[in-house]
Amino acid sequence: MTIRAPTGKHFLVLLAALYIGLAVANFDLFLRAAAVFAKLLSSVLPVLALVLVVMSLLNLAIQPRMAKKMLGKGSGLKGWTFALVGGVLSSGPIYVWYPLIADLREKGMRDSLVSAFLYSRAIKMPMIPLLIYYFGWNFTVIFTLYLLIFSVLNGLLVERLAGRGDE
Amino acid sequence: MKDEKPRDGKARKGDDTKPQNAKSQKITASLKKTATSFARTFPTLIGVMLFISLILVLVPSSLYGKVFTGNEILDPLIGAVIGSVAAGNPITSYIVGGELIDQGVSLLAVTAFITTWVTVGVLQLPAEATMLGKRFALIRNGAAFISAVLVAILTTVTLELIWP
Repeated sequence: MTIRAPTGKHFLVLLAALYIGLAVANFDLFLRAAAVFAKLLSSVLPVLALVLVVMSLLNLAIQPRMAKKMLGKGSGLKGWTFALVGGVLSSGPIYVWYPLIADLREKGMRDSLVSAFLYSRAIKMPMIPLLIYYFGWNFTVIFTLYLLIFSVLNGLLVERLAGRGDE
Repeated sequence: MKDEKPRDGKARKGDDTKPQNAKSQKITASLKKTATSFARTFPTLIGVMLFISLILVLVPSSLYGKVFTGNEILDPLIGAVIGSVAAGNPITSYIVGGELIDQGVSLLAVTAFITTWVTVGVLQLPAEATMLGKRFALIRNGAAFISAVLVAILTTVTLELIWP
C-alpha cells in the first residue's frame, strides 16, 4: 500500500473540518472567522484575476526557451532586475503569486530569482508613506535599502541550499 | 502572367487562414494551461485563506505586545517569530509595530517583526510547499527568517551610526 503525499485538496478538507468543528463548538467564533474569510476573499479576487491574466499572457507569449533566457542562468542583471522590480510592484498576498511563480519556475526561472522576487515583496511602494509616518524617513530609506540588498543575498543563498540548480 | 495572379491570390488566402487557426489554437492552449494549473492550486489557496482567517480571529493583534520581554537579544527573535506566524496586510504590521514602539519594545525587535511579517509565511507554508516544492519552501522561509534578523540588526546599527 502506498501513502500519497498530502495535496491542496487534503489541506482544504482539513480546514473545512476545522470550520465545521468550530461551528459546533463556538458558532459565534465560526461566524467571525467566516466573515474574515469573506473579506479576505473579496480583497484577493482582483489580484487573483490579475495573476490569471498575467499567467495566460505569459503562457501565450513566453516559451520555456525564452523564459530561460530572461529568468534562467544566463539572464544576469536583466533577470535580477525583472525579479526585484516584479517583486516590488506585485500587490496582494504572497500566496496569490505562487501559481505564476510555479509556472515560470517550470519554464526555467532560477530559484535565486524566485526567492528574490518573494523577498523583495517586502518593499511596498504604496505603503512607503505609512512606513515614514510610523518610523521616520531615515529608517525607511535604510530599511528599504537593506531589504533590496538582502533580496539578492537571500536569493543566492536559497539557490545554493535548495540545490535545484539552473538546469 | 494572367494565370499566375489568381493562383497567387488563392495561395495568400490559404496562408492567411492557417496562421489564424494556429493563433486561436495557441490562445486556447494557453488558456487551457492556465486554467489547469490554476485549478490545481485553487484548493490550496482557499485552504490558506481559511487558515489565515481562523488565526486572525483566534489570535488578535493586541496579544502581540504581551510576549515581548524587554531583553535586547531575545526580543528581536520573538519579533521575528511573531511576524513569521502572523498574517494579514502589511499595513497592519506597521500599525502594530508603531504601537509596540510606543509600548517600549525596541526598534530592533519591531524591525524584525515587520520584516518577517512579509518575507516569512508560516501559515502560507502548505501552499508554498505544494506549488514550489517542500524543500524550496522550507529553505526559502528559513533563509528569509535569518535575513530578517540581520536586516533588523543592520538597520538599527546603521541608524545609530548615521543619526546617533
